[in-house]
Amino acid sequence: MSTHILNQHTAGSSIDKDVFGFWLYILSDCILFSVLFASFSVLHENVYGGVKIAELVNVRYVFLETMALLMSSFTCGLSVIEVYRNNRPKVIQWLLVTFLLGGIFIYMEVNEFISLYLEGHSWHGSAALSSFFTLVGTHGLHVTVGLFWMAILVIQFFVYGICPATYKRLSYLALFWAFLDIIWIFVFTIVYLMEVV
Amino acid sequence: MSLPHEYTLNQGTSKKTIRSYVIGFVLSLLLTVTAFGLVELHVLGSSQLYVILGLLAISQLIVQTVCFIRLNTSRDGLWNLLPFLFALVIITILVGGSLWVMYNLNYNMM
Repeated sequence: MSTHILNQHTAGSSIDKDVFGFWLYILSDCILFSVLFASFSVLHENVYGGVKIAELVNVRYVFLETMALLMSSFTCGLSVIEVYRNNRPKVIQWLLVTFLLGGIFIYMEVNEFISLYLEGHSWHGSAALSSFFTLVGTHGLHVTVGLFWMAILVIQFFVYGICPATYKRLSYLALFWAFLDIIWIFVFTIVYLMEVV
Repeated sequence: MSLPHEYTLNQGTSKKTIRSYVIGFVLSLLLTVTAFGLVELHVLGSSQLYVILGLLAISQLIVQTVCFIRLNTSRDGLWNLLPFLFALVIITILVGGSLWVMYNLNYNMM
């Protein structure tokens, strides 16, 4: 029955409205991030007599974070492909690998934030640090929400198996996760690499 | 426990395949390693490096939207592509406009 409801508007060539709506949400989130990028670009030199952001950046550490997130984007895609093959153990396996890699990313980021804070470079320090923490923190918050979502989805795949509803939820999650990786490309380029240059 | 045969989810994107994911992953990896490598090695002047880093990031954006999200120009794909392009226009105006205004503001306050 649920299949019938989900299929009712696939006549002709109309695309699925729910996923399209989620895509519009993602694009509006991109606009939100673009504003944070703009404010960072304007404020990144306003350090109020403190150290420059370039001196706080460890490029190798960020490289490892980037690798963890890029690999998680890849493994998330592999779990979508296993849904096409109706292979539930593999779907769950790749989702757990994605969760682990995303968890490593967040662990490293929180670690970086805590050490910056303890060294006295908190968001109170200057406009540059405020915009740094807002931009990178907002991305990290999105990843954290994505991790909770992924954990719930793994449980749903355990309980309900592969059905139209879980398939659709995984499609949303895969879209969200790919979007977060794309935002991170610009975070590591603009916030980290261009600062160090 | 499995998908009914008649069930399809029309996302308006190309079918995700192992091939598309592997190609996207390898290209992204190359672009990322190049970006970090250039910064670590200090082989270029800083103004050249800014331009190259920007181009590498934009290339990776294109690689990931084509290979991971699978945007395309088919009839259904346009539903996703056109809002995407519109969002890019908005972002260009927002970011470009903010930077332009703030640059002039700094200039005039000096």
